[in-house]
Amino acid sequence: MDAPTTLAAKLRTRVHGRWVVIGVPFLWLLVFFLLPFLIVLDISLSEMGTVRPNELLSWRDGVLTLTLRFSGYSLVAQDTLYLTAYVASLKYAFWTTLLCLLIGYPFAYFMARARAAVQPALLMLVMLPFWTSFLLRVYAWKGLLSPDGWAWDLIVGLGLDPVLVALGLIPAPGKLMHTPFSLVIGMVYTYLPFMVLPLYGTLAKLDLRLLEAAQDLGARPWVAFWTVTVPLSRAGIVAGSMLVFIPSVGEFVIPELLGGPETLMIGRVMWDEFFANNDWPMASTVAVVMILMILVPLAVFHKVQAEAQEPRS
Amino acid sequence: MAVAAARLPVEAGFLRVEHLTKDFDGVGAVVDVSLDIAKGEIFALLGSSGCGKSTLLRMLAGFETPSSGRIVLAGRDLAGLPPYERPMNMMFQSYALFPHLTVADNIAFGLKRERMPAADIRDRVDAMLRLVQLAPYARRKPHQLSGGQQQRVALARSLAKQPQVLLLDEPLGALDRKLREQTQIELVNIIETVGVTCVMVTHDQEEAMTMASRVAVMSEGRLLQVGAPAEIYETPASRFVADFIGNVNLMEGTLDVDEADHCVIGCADVRHYVGHGISGHPGMRVTVALRPEKIHLSRTPPNFRDFNAVQGTVAELSYFGSYTVYHLRLPSGATLKVSQANTHRHRDDPLTWGDAAWAHWSRSAHVVLTH
Repeated sequence: MDAPTTLAAKLRTRVHGRWVVIGVPFLWLLVFFLLPFLIVLDISLSEMGTVRPNELLSWRDGVLTLTLRFSGYSLVAQDTLYLTAYVASLKYAFWTTLLCLLIGYPFAYFMARARAAVQPALLMLVMLPFWTSFLLRVYAWKGLLSPDGWAWDLIVGLGLDPVLVALGLIPAPGKLMHTPFSLVIGMVYTYLPFMVLPLYGTLAKLDLRLLEAAQDLGARPWVAFWTVTVPLSRAGIVAGSMLVFIPSVGEFVIPELLGGPETLMIGRVMWDEFFANNDWPMASTVAVVMILMILVPLAVFHKVQAEAQEPRS
Repeated sequence: MAVAAARLPVEAGFLRVEHLTKDFDGVGAVVDVSLDIAKGEIFALLGSSGCGKSTLLRMLAGFETPSSGRIVLAGRDLAGLPPYERPMNMMFQSYALFPHLTVADNIAFGLKRERMPAADIRDRVDAMLRLVQLAPYARRKPHQLSGGQQQRVALARSLAKQPQVLLLDEPLGALDRKLREQTQIELVNIIETVGVTCVMVTHDQEEAMTMASRVAVMSEGRLLQVGAPAEIYETPASRFVADFIGNVNLMEGTLDVDEADHCVIGCADVRHYVGHGISGHPGMRVTVALRPEKIHLSRTPPNFRDFNAVQGTVAELSYFGSYTVYHLRLPSGATLKVSQANTHRHRDDPLTWGDAAWAHWSRSAHVVLTH
């Protein structure tokens, strides 16, 4: 019988194949994410030289010296400029995520419930904006929200701007651009597809008989939605929220184009440290702290994912 | 065969279905069905897929709205009542257990919707878990259970609210054969312990016959025959029912003699002597239905060869362990299926391919179908 050896050989090739498949993205992340991160970490602990940061390790008087500079980190903790920018980033990322969820969930829900023939077309519509440059689309909002732009006409025409003033989103009636309002509009608009797609993925898979079972057991449709649909789409809610929240925190372009003086986010601070102050260690410090801030929600995300896929026992 | 056959209808007309019709885009899924189901009865709707039995069940549960006709439960018309207000609970095909809830929470789901006090819910859930013998599994998730255990959770969940009617959609369809036989009896015992009226849908005639006190055979949306399992099997009312339930030999023939106490029917290979009259007229075309197990097989000719006997050759035989099915080639070229119980371990001279054999049967073995 040579069957077992052939099987073993097959298994071996399969194992090799698996390593190749896992190895390529792993190598990619190692070279283009982990190494750059370590370099940034290195710079954040260095002293700024005249043109570029000094090396951490140096020969000084015939002794190998390791110089670590933590003043950047203590400055981040002390100077309220950084703290304000971090808080603003988290705040706008939070509202963007929440609004994307509130708009995206019903959107994905009805898309998943639409007739099977219509669903690919609806999916296409969600992805259609990607066919135009992101920069152009954000610029377009500048025109729309400026006086006499369509969106401006609509909002001011409906008399909604006093409401926005009352909510503290715009400073004065009629001034929509360069406010927290225009910033959040731009962010929600840009990131909405990243919320809709994972939600659609989980909602389309939902077994509709579970909703019938819930109704059969006495749950009104609205109760069935909260007790069955929402818990079973949790993975999609978490995935969508992470996909929106994480890039929102470090967003630079949208606040730059649509934001105003009071919407200083951490991306802008980092830019200024690099290009205005030419202080690479400080910019790197800001970047490292931001990554640590994002790692926390990521860890939560992975925990939830792991729970959803708990092994059968 | 029928475990539940001894159950007698206690209160007729408990659940009445009156001229129920359901059209889907002009096609009748259920056509003018009327049923009268007694309290405490286990009633089976039997038919092949697409016969309308599931649509009928879904109308009872409230998931489909009838095109016309009424459903009356204990004197109350259920029209316009949504599923969540009907005093019926369904055990779904492949169970539809909530994957994000534990066994106990699945069972408690319907009770929570009633806003039952938490302590009462706990007591009821415990009682249900004991009923289906799953108490140690209360904290498990459905995917951590075997198919048979999931089935019992589904049963407990649908019984927890103490419904007036329990609806079962292919209750054992997802189980393998060995487990199914054992579960059939268990399920009937639990339903009888609870005493709930039960309407089940199945395509498996064995399941229907074993579990139900009465069976309704459906085809193309219509009700063909309603009766106790033995009645459906032994006195089918139509060719379809005779053919659908079990195995049968169907022979076309002409009515030659029709007296009060007997009739004679001439077919291609054999003249049938039937021990009762059928009040037809001579020359009328009829079909004789003959079950394979009611036919005897021998090498030697029977005492009477004029009626109810025919000689043929064994064209095919299939051994099933407890019985063997012979396909006997008759002079006209037709095939007669005969099944013989294997009562002895070794026969001295077993029939085999190509052997000549006599098939004969008694005067009470036939069913004469006039349509």
